[in-house]
Amino acid sequence: MSQHNTQATEEQVLYADILEKGMFAGLALMVITFALYVLGVMPSIVPVDEISIYWSQPVHDYLVAINTNFLHWETLPVGWSWMKLLGYGDFLNFLPVAILSGITIVCYLVITPGLFARKDKAMAIMALAEAVILTLAASGVLSGGGH
Amino acid sequence: MLRNIKEKAGMLFVSLMCAIMLSPAWALATEAADMAPVPAMGDPDWWKWPVILLFVTFVMGIIAVLGGVGGGVLFVPIIGGFFPFHLDFVRGAGLLVALCGALAAGPGLLKANLTSLRLAMPVALIASTMAIVGAMVGLALPTHIVQLALGGTILGIVAIMLSAKKSTVPHVPQADALSSALRITGVFYEPTTKEEINWKIHRTIPGLLTFIIIGFMAGMFGLGAGWANVPVLNLMMGAPLKISVATSKFLLSITDTSAAWIYLNKGCVIPMMVVPSLIGIMLGSFVGVRLLKVAKPTFIRWMVIVILLFAGLKAVQKGLSTMGISLF
Repeated sequence: MSQHNTQATEEQVLYADILEKGMFAGLALMVITFALYVLGVMPSIVPVDEISIYWSQPVHDYLVAINTNFLHWETLPVGWSWMKLLGYGDFLNFLPVAILSGITIVCYLVITPGLFARKDKAMAIMALAEAVILTLAASGVLSGGGH
Repeated sequence: MLRNIKEKAGMLFVSLMCAIMLSPAWALATEAADMAPVPAMGDPDWWKWPVILLFVTFVMGIIAVLGGVGGGVLFVPIIGGFFPFHLDFVRGAGLLVALCGALAAGPGLLKANLTSLRLAMPVALIASTMAIVGAMVGLALPTHIVQLALGGTILGIVAIMLSAKKSTVPHVPQADALSSALRITGVFYEPTTKEEINWKIHRTIPGLLTFIIIGFMAGMFGLGAGWANVPVLNLMMGAPLKISVATSKFLLSITDTSAAWIYLNKGCVIPMMVVPSLIGIMLGSFVGVRLLKVAKPTFIRWMVIVILLFAGLKAVQKGLSTMGISLF
């Protein structure tokens, strides 16, 4: 008879719980923010009937165009600059996208102390390294969008 | 009887959509939209594209579930080839499509212990790091080069789908030193045989090295990488098929996260494209799961291969036409 346990490990269940909560929060918020945007409840930086002018352009040309036509900033709206525009429907939609993209970092950070406590050093270091890499990617430093 | 009619109507609908998407008329129409000069004024019919996108991604969600492929691998070549959106935004949206699919499936797979976190962690570390590099390279290269490479990759995926074998429980005589040190092993219950299956892996170092390439390609093209993850985990490293499929799905939530941040920070997210795509593909996935009981797997598999073949050729053709080379 098998001595093995087919149950998921403690950190695996913990990771799953956080991932699930973040996923539902992100998706629910995405539906709400998109409704606010598309129904015109909130103003948008790029009017909805003009967005089709821009979506066929390369991203750099698109950023230059919306900056020239609407934002008039000194630098292009890259990195976390969308945070300054959360009062506008189109950029408010970046918030759920950031939650969905960021929840994995939280999962890794939460399981790391438990792995260290169980002296599972290799996995703990990997979890920490993954959290650092994802945080670097999120910061915009790697993509030159941090400013 | 009513249910039978509904099921047949569903399958007919899927077949019809495939026929429409494969139609040369559709290709020419979208090509015209792609080539059209940028209008000086806003388009009063702007709403038609998000609506069409919602409809097409809904069908794509059904096909993805029935064909056993991720949404991203269908999304990028089809939307990039046949819609007026620039490939930069399509790749950003494709990563988010694959990411959301993985986030939706991940918690259940982890709790059921079909996904192995211990197997996923070293693989994810390599793949997500390389996905960042791939995303940065992909956004730095000229669009036609990326389009051409994407077409080549999609045609390569078709070749893998045609040739790759699967092994339900691969024979692993002995775990290698690295996987033993990292304790990458597990047990899962197989209900069909009512057995507890102990599994371990081998060839860990070559397997991990392969994820350098897989991660790079996932980031560069905005594709989910399930098409490559599963054969490597299953055939090369010797993880059972169920563990490989589940761990691969979960892996996308990490690999695509890292690349998604690069695209997000570079401004490659247009909510009017992303949100209808996510809603469409998720609703389609729900319907696909219900159709799974009545679908004919061989037919669906061939349908996916034909769609990818056509989309791959279309991407190559678009890339070459920008360089002044006519393929057809």
